[in-house]
Amino acid sequence: MNAVLQGFRRIEKERYAAFAALAILSILSAILSPFFLQPQNLLNIVRQVSYTGIIALGMTFVIVSGGIDLSVGSMAAFVGSLAVITLNASVNAGLPEWVAVAAAVVCAVLVGVACGLANGVLVTKGRIAPFIVTLGTMALFRSLSLYMGNAGEFRSESMVFGELGSSAPLGVPLPAFILIGLAGALSFVFTRTRYGRYVRAVGSNARVARYSAIDVDTTRLLAYALVGLMVGVSAVLIAMRFNSVGSSTVGINYELDAIAAVIIGGTSMAGGRGTVWGTVVGAITLGVINNMLNMVGISPYLQGTVKGLVIIGAVFIQRQRQ
Amino acid sequence: MSRVLVVLTSLALAGPALAKDAIGLSVSTLNNPFFVTLRDGAKAAAAKAGVDLVVLDAQDKVDKQVADIEDLVQRKVKVVLVNPTDAAAVVPAIERANAAKIPVITVDRAASGGKVAYHIASDNVAGGKLAADFLCKLLGGKGNVVELEGIPGSSAARDRGKGFNDELKARCKGVTVVARQTANFDRGQGLSVMENVLQAQRAIDAVFAHNDEMALGAVQAIQASGRPIKVVGFDATDDAVKAVNACKMAATVAQQPAEMGRLAVEKAAALLKGTAPAKTEFIPVALKLVSNASCK
Repeated sequence: MNAVLQGFRRIEKERYAAFAALAILSILSAILSPFFLQPQNLLNIVRQVSYTGIIALGMTFVIVSGGIDLSVGSMAAFVGSLAVITLNASVNAGLPEWVAVAAAVVCAVLVGVACGLANGVLVTKGRIAPFIVTLGTMALFRSLSLYMGNAGEFRSESMVFGELGSSAPLGVPLPAFILIGLAGALSFVFTRTRYGRYVRAVGSNARVARYSAIDVDTTRLLAYALVGLMVGVSAVLIAMRFNSVGSSTVGINYELDAIAAVIIGGTSMAGGRGTVWGTVVGAITLGVINNMLNMVGISPYLQGTVKGLVIIGAVFIQRQRQ
Repeated sequence: MSRVLVVLTSLALAGPALAKDAIGLSVSTLNNPFFVTLRDGAKAAAAKAGVDLVVLDAQDKVDKQVADIEDLVQRKVKVVLVNPTDAAAVVPAIERANAAKIPVITVDRAASGGKVAYHIASDNVAGGKLAADFLCKLLGGKGNVVELEGIPGSSAARDRGKGFNDELKARCKGVTVVARQTANFDRGQGLSVMENVLQAQRAIDAVFAHNDEMALGAVQAIQASGRPIKVVGFDATDDAVKAVNACKMAATVAQQPAEMGRLAVEKAAALLKGTAPAKTEFIPVALKLVSNASCK
């Protein structure tokens, strides 16, 4: 009986540790800054974290399956650049603006999935370590964006595109809506579908998964395609927000923020274990930290220290649990 | 655990007192001595004017800069000073400040949209020309030059390069740019890029670097090679001025970042009392060349 209770407690701790940490951090922020709890500030935080948060949702699947993707930031710049090129070409071709925007979104999603699949194929069929593959494609995607834009920026020629980026249906920023919607859908996939079980099984022990008749390569390939899809969605939202894409400036360190969000959310870097909603909480936690440090006025040079300690702390707590 | 949450919640709801009026400064990066000097100039002016200055470091990330400016708006600062990371990407944040009726001043780099009260900067194109004229005289009108470029796409790199190359083409046809490589405004990259260029190019007479950090990296590579190559930088950071005084660098174009910071805060303090101009007013900061006549 005691063992059962302890087991339940452990599950509860694992599930709610990230939420509890966020709650404590938020209350602390509210104590330290009178501006923190203002509705607009909270909406700002949610919008600010949505872009890397969406990427982190896909990253959860990759990390749980035992992989890693370091190319997502550069991929966002590459995909975003192509989306704006498509948008402008459509506008210049005389198409209605909403058609041009739709074309840009479709382009971003398709190119994102293609980039993700390219990473996945190199990892699964090429039998190259994910770290090495995505380190290479990280350089490749950034280089292609710089080349296409001559290191400058791609500016949108559509008013509608920029307006969508700053839109807030029901008072909630559009990217936040999309983040929550995608998190709900992917949480369902992760916990309630065969594919979700396969991802966890492959991450826990690929050899055992293979003996259990799970197609390990396809499972991993789809995880990389999924993170590519998320990058596509995020890239188009970023392009909308800035109404432009800077080939040298967009997506810098997104991979680190996405991985940090996944880890803080309770996903094991060793694979096999994690939660989608935990990742959302991890992303919001990072946003709250950034916001709090700005509001309180901590030295910019020390902000990395705080973020670093939070990430190390999150991993340390995971270690204690195992 | 629940007790901790209850105590913290009650403290949060009690809430601290509101801070006094403040000015916000969003800097593209504080990992570069130039912008650190700009910040220090702004801080000194803020202390003198008796206003609070909140400094945020965008770490060269456009999304962080936009988030930082949104945070400053939430903090209800009275004026926002921005040194943009990216001219176009910063526009939504400037518009957010505009919507909150907070005046915006851009420093060193311009924004490509939004309502900006003042733009305080030196003319980078003119600075590039100044460097070209100096090198032309130094080399007696002929020679081979290496150009170390800044972050691709940044306005500073574009403008300094344009001024330098246009001036050479127009007034100093005997000086040829034999290699042009980016070192991203970074000293370490300046060193490694220059080492590679020294291997590839046998005849180099001078180097023009788009900032002093790259110039100082190039100086290290040149010293190790033992070749007599003149180096001209841009920004007049403390290290570069010391290098010029020690005859390790030929010259550096002084942009006076501290002066930019000071002017920005003074204009912000004036805005607290008065009204913003109807359209953006450009306030130029004079450029000057720092060189050492006693060097051979």
